[in-house]
Amino acid sequence: MTTGGIGESPLRPDGGLKVRGQYAYSSDLWLENMLWGATLRSPHPSARILSVDTSAALAMPGVHTVLTYKDVPGENVYGLKLQDTPVLAEEVVRYQGEPVALVAAEHPETARRAVKAIKVEYEVFEPVLDPELVAHSPDAPQVHPGGNLVRHQRILKGDPDATADVVVSGVYEIGMQDQAFLGPESGLAVPDGDGGGVHLYLATQWLHVDQRQTAKALGLPVEKVKLTMSGVGGAFGGREDLSIQVHACMLALRTGRPVKMSYNRQESFFGHVHRHPAKMYYEHGATAEGDLVYVRARLYFDGGAYASKTPVVVGNGTTLGVGPYNVPNARIEAWGVYTNNPPCGAMRGLGAVQPTYAYESQMDKLAAALGMDPADLRIRNAMSEGSTTVTGQVVDFPAPVAELIQRVKDMPLPEPSGSDILQLPGGAANTTHGEGVVRGVGYGVTIKNISYAEGLDDYSTARVRLEVVDGEPVATVHTAAAEVGQGLITVQQQIARTELGVQQVVLHPCDTDIGDAGSSSASRQTYITGGAVRNACRAVRAKLQELAGSEDVPDIAAVLGDEVIEETREYHHRKTYPLDPETGQGNAHVQYGFSAHRAVVDVDTELGLVKVVQLDCAQDVGKAINPDAVVGQIHGGSAQGLGLAVMEEIQVAEGRIRNPSFTDYLIPTILDMPPMTVDVVERPDPHAPYGVRGVGEPPTISATPAIANAIRAATGLELPRVPIRPEYIIDLTDGGS
Amino acid sequence: MDFLNPGSVTEALELKASVPDAVPIAGGTDVMVELNFDHRRPPALLNLNRIAELHTYSTVDGRVRIGACVPYSRIVTELGSVLPGLAMASRTVGSPQIRNRGSVGGNLGAASPAGDSHPALLATDAVVEIASTRGVRMVPAKDFYVGVKRNVLEPDELITAVHVPPATGPQQFSKVGTRNAMVIAVCAFAIALHPEQQRVGTGIGSAAPTPLRAHEAEEFLAAELPWGSPDGLLDSLNRRFGELVAKAASPIDDVRGTASYRRHALAVMARRTLSWTWSEYRRTAQCA
Repeated sequence: MTTGGIGESPLRPDGGLKVRGQYAYSSDLWLENMLWGATLRSPHPSARILSVDTSAALAMPGVHTVLTYKDVPGENVYGLKLQDTPVLAEEVVRYQGEPVALVAAEHPETARRAVKAIKVEYEVFEPVLDPELVAHSPDAPQVHPGGNLVRHQRILKGDPDATADVVVSGVYEIGMQDQAFLGPESGLAVPDGDGGGVHLYLATQWLHVDQRQTAKALGLPVEKVKLTMSGVGGAFGGREDLSIQVHACMLALRTGRPVKMSYNRQESFFGHVHRHPAKMYYEHGATAEGDLVYVRARLYFDGGAYASKTPVVVGNGTTLGVGPYNVPNARIEAWGVYTNNPPCGAMRGLGAVQPTYAYESQMDKLAAALGMDPADLRIRNAMSEGSTTVTGQVVDFPAPVAELIQRVKDMPLPEPSGSDILQLPGGAANTTHGEGVVRGVGYGVTIKNISYAEGLDDYSTARVRLEVVDGEPVATVHTAAAEVGQGLITVQQQIARTELGVQQVVLHPCDTDIGDAGSSSASRQTYITGGAVRNACRAVRAKLQELAGSEDVPDIAAVLGDEVIEETREYHHRKTYPLDPETGQGNAHVQYGFSAHRAVVDVDTELGLVKVVQLDCAQDVGKAINPDAVVGQIHGGSAQGLGLAVMEEIQVAEGRIRNPSFTDYLIPTILDMPPMTVDVVERPDPHAPYGVRGVGEPPTISATPAIANAIRAATGLELPRVPIRPEYIIDLTDGGS
Repeated sequence: MDFLNPGSVTEALELKASVPDAVPIAGGTDVMVELNFDHRRPPALLNLNRIAELHTYSTVDGRVRIGACVPYSRIVTELGSVLPGLAMASRTVGSPQIRNRGSVGGNLGAASPAGDSHPALLATDAVVEIASTRGVRMVPAKDFYVGVKRNVLEPDELITAVHVPPATGPQQFSKVGTRNAMVIAVCAFAIALHPEQQRVGTGIGSAAPTPLRAHEAEEFLAAELPWGSPDGLLDSLNRRFGELVAKAASPIDDVRGTASYRRHALAVMARRTLSWTWSEYRRTAQCA
């Protein structure tokens, strides 16, 4: 009998090392003769490059090479969705921090000094900053040739101009959140010498998309560029776009030496995309009894200087724009635009975080207008299996939204806070002993599409090998799927154990020698790569049964002997379809995840400080392959959502980041994150392997509005913007005192 | 960059005199950040970690003499009953790891207006002990800070200790940050009742170019507080005190908060901490 299979919670193989600080991350990569790479970045949000003088940098002892766009061997353009991003800036720079030149030197300090010695003359322009203005001003200065609109999408359902008894409206804004992964961008590129190729060791979310983009920029065939995953210190979407990949390989190929690049924390804030800030106009209409009649919304997403995932943000933002509710009539419209602000792209909850904050704020406003309990209003309008979404898609799998809300509503509420300052707003800083503190309770519910959407062929590849080692059957699983901390390595082992009945499951290093696994994004890997591992295991199992001549193989080692069975399989999810460009109708999504949060907060109404006292969650995960890992995802996601509610924001002024450090970009500590009651609901999706449903994103999304609504309940304030700063909560109209 | 390793204060002062640009380093919680971010490239670091005398505290002339390198965590756990205000401020510094390394001497050396210990030192009439090969001088905290991240130290001088009078009455420290722990102060306030002098000390942090006292607020309380009486304070008195504390500050708008919020928060913290200390004062034998 094997243990550690599906439904159990075996320990992570890397868990002990990580807790003890012994795990090797990509920033720990080292070769004896390696050089260090460094990047010169634009100090301006918008400028023309008049000249670049590298001579002083090149003359420095220990500097091996200095490269500019002229040295990009292949195409100097890449992008996940649109090909719009240069490897190194050519004539113009479009955001503060855009890479302009590269240095390789013997020592990282030498490389940094050489970067400073490169002289660049700029003609500085007024940056384009306001996404809403940009969306409606075709004559605005163009960030890219061809205009500033990345994607516009409209969704029309029923009568978009319907009227209703009770109408509420609001304008909501969301600040720029950062993934704030703890392991900054890093990697080591090793030239393969005579072959002219390169081997890149790195931390990423998607090896094959990096490989394709890197090969194209290097002007090499894909097979000359091998990628191997190194230790990943978190991702959350921030590793989908290229950072060091092409740069490190260019330096390695030019110098013929291994080149390591590793950003520090400050550079990391400029070295990856962030979550799209948004401004959202919402109007909800309902009957006097509380049935939603219509939702009309306009959403503006600031994509910053390059497109990255902006098209997907617009797609998700509109298709998920009314939330997990039955809405007969809708007009949802979104614009994703270029500006000279920092580029924005993938982050956990992609394109759903912004509208969820807005529509969940609206649901509370509507409940107040109707005189209804906010949870009851949500339950009354909750979608269910068989519901039709605003894109006309019929939900053909369980959608227990009402049950999730009821479950968090029924959880016990915490006691009033006592005298321990650590449990009060302000915490250790001793700002209140109870004065000014008011409690509030709020709900947040979300719907998030799982996996890729709008017609993309979403698949993964797995190779499984079964052999006898030292008399024991051993399975080796090989995929290119990125373990970014979510626990996929354990999940792959668990699936192989259950499918093959083999205890020993070894994971092959994750690299590009196997087929594409797609990205560790969109809450998709357990579903898609899990499906591929299952398929490969079943193929191996079939071969084994053939060898045994029976369905039942009680003694695998005896049947196998010296034979080695190896099978490679893919898993493709059900087909999805593009949205109609005019009406936004279409079966765009393969699956939805749902979660509901209830937040209890104490607010110091005189200082504007918030303590989240309790944050409870109910989430449908279809089937928990690893229950402990599922709860871990819900804890972590909720903490990230809490961060967005009350503290996490990249503050941007005139296109410049004002707080590129963990001193002033605050993420929640253990004193900010309250205890959680987590209710893991399992309603299997019949279309997914084992009935699984993506887990990672939903809890990030619904935590934020639950907390915002709780703060509103405590203060009676409208609070139309997150993160909610102390200044928003207190009245400063008297000048301060 | 040289790394100078004195084994005694005498040796350290000689090295500082011969290499005045050497930057003293103890816990490194400020200095290492500046080096890592390339904000500073001193010719030498002067390592104070081997000098045992800087890592101890004792009582000298009735005051607690805290060696410059005594970490915050020891002030919290060992000096909380004698120096409650400074201990409370020390508890709000960074994380446990930072409190194990950082020290009041380092806070004074950096002289950041946001340093957490400064308001408590001001409110409690602390005195900074400054030494060089030329001798030792004692500078009251109120005269120590001269500008943003600037203090009165001469290039050849080192901070060797801070002398803090034991509390003779209740003390409080309160700090606003946008996170419930491990946060740089948006603004901070310290208060110390000195019943034997019928006087109140104050300290404001992160709301002016330097840490400072709220003189007018202190004078107001000296005149108005009903010392020796078991009565509570009128809300109007608390509020007036808060207003005068806010008025003493000259805050700016920055990434951590706005000037008007800082003034507002100082007023709230001032009246709350006053009411906490006065309640404690009334509960004690002092006004029986």
